[in-house]
Amino acid sequence: MELLERFAAGDLEAFEALFRQYQNEVYRWTARIVRDSGAAEDLTVETFWRIYRARERFDPAAGNFCAWARRIATNAALDHLRRARQETELPEDYPAPPRSDPAERGELRGHLRRAFLELPAKYRLVATLALIEGEPYNEIAEAAGISVALVKVRVFRAVRMLRKKLSSLGLEAAAK
Amino acid sequence: MSNEVKNQQHEKEMRALLEREFPPLQNAELQRDLWPQMLLRLDAERAPLRVPWIDWALAAAVAAALLLFPNAIPALLYHL
Repeated sequence: MELLERFAAGDLEAFEALFRQYQNEVYRWTARIVRDSGAAEDLTVETFWRIYRARERFDPAAGNFCAWARRIATNAALDHLRRARQETELPEDYPAPPRSDPAERGELRGHLRRAFLELPAKYRLVATLALIEGEPYNEIAEAAGISVALVKVRVFRAVRMLRKKLSSLGLEAAAK
Repeated sequence: MSNEVKNQQHEKEMRALLEREFPPLQNAELQRDLWPQMLLRLDAERAPLRVPWIDWALAAAVAAALLLFPNAIPALLYHL
């Protein structure tokens, strides 16, 4: 029996093999969304827990396990962003690039960071993947389980919200 | 400038700002194997429900009280 069939039948060894094969992929995807290595590790485990619970719904013949796992990981990350929105600063355990002119751009950066954190989770998700990570719209749509058109709308609205916020603070969003 | 061109320009500007503030993480790598954590999670979720001893003691005390004072049963039901 194939690995995916054994997994769908509830074989723990098959699940372990899939876990070891895809844990890095799921972690990398999740880390790009939540931008926090500790949270990404927890969400990787949470994602595989959801995968294990939903194994009977997975069709080994038709299914692409990696795409399915990515979609579940995206939902888990979105839940995390919703929970974390009110209470956290964006963790910076990944190195930031050196700043050339901190005095000039410091105010804009601080407000941009806050405005980004205040975005509703579903907008922050697509804005992170599309604008920061440069992920193609069709990949985001597939991972989030929405249409490409809706991804475009959410990116547009996220940009508009960020510009509006910066503009209300008297800051110009145009990159220098 | 048409709306579409303006929107594209705004998106491009915001992309540049955000990329500077939040560098892309396309090369983020897992630093350790998470299978041991996964096993703990599986075990925790599959473990049978454990009732603390204090709950058993309270249940026993209530049962004893009802056996000793059966007249209290209607009053207890009334207040539930």
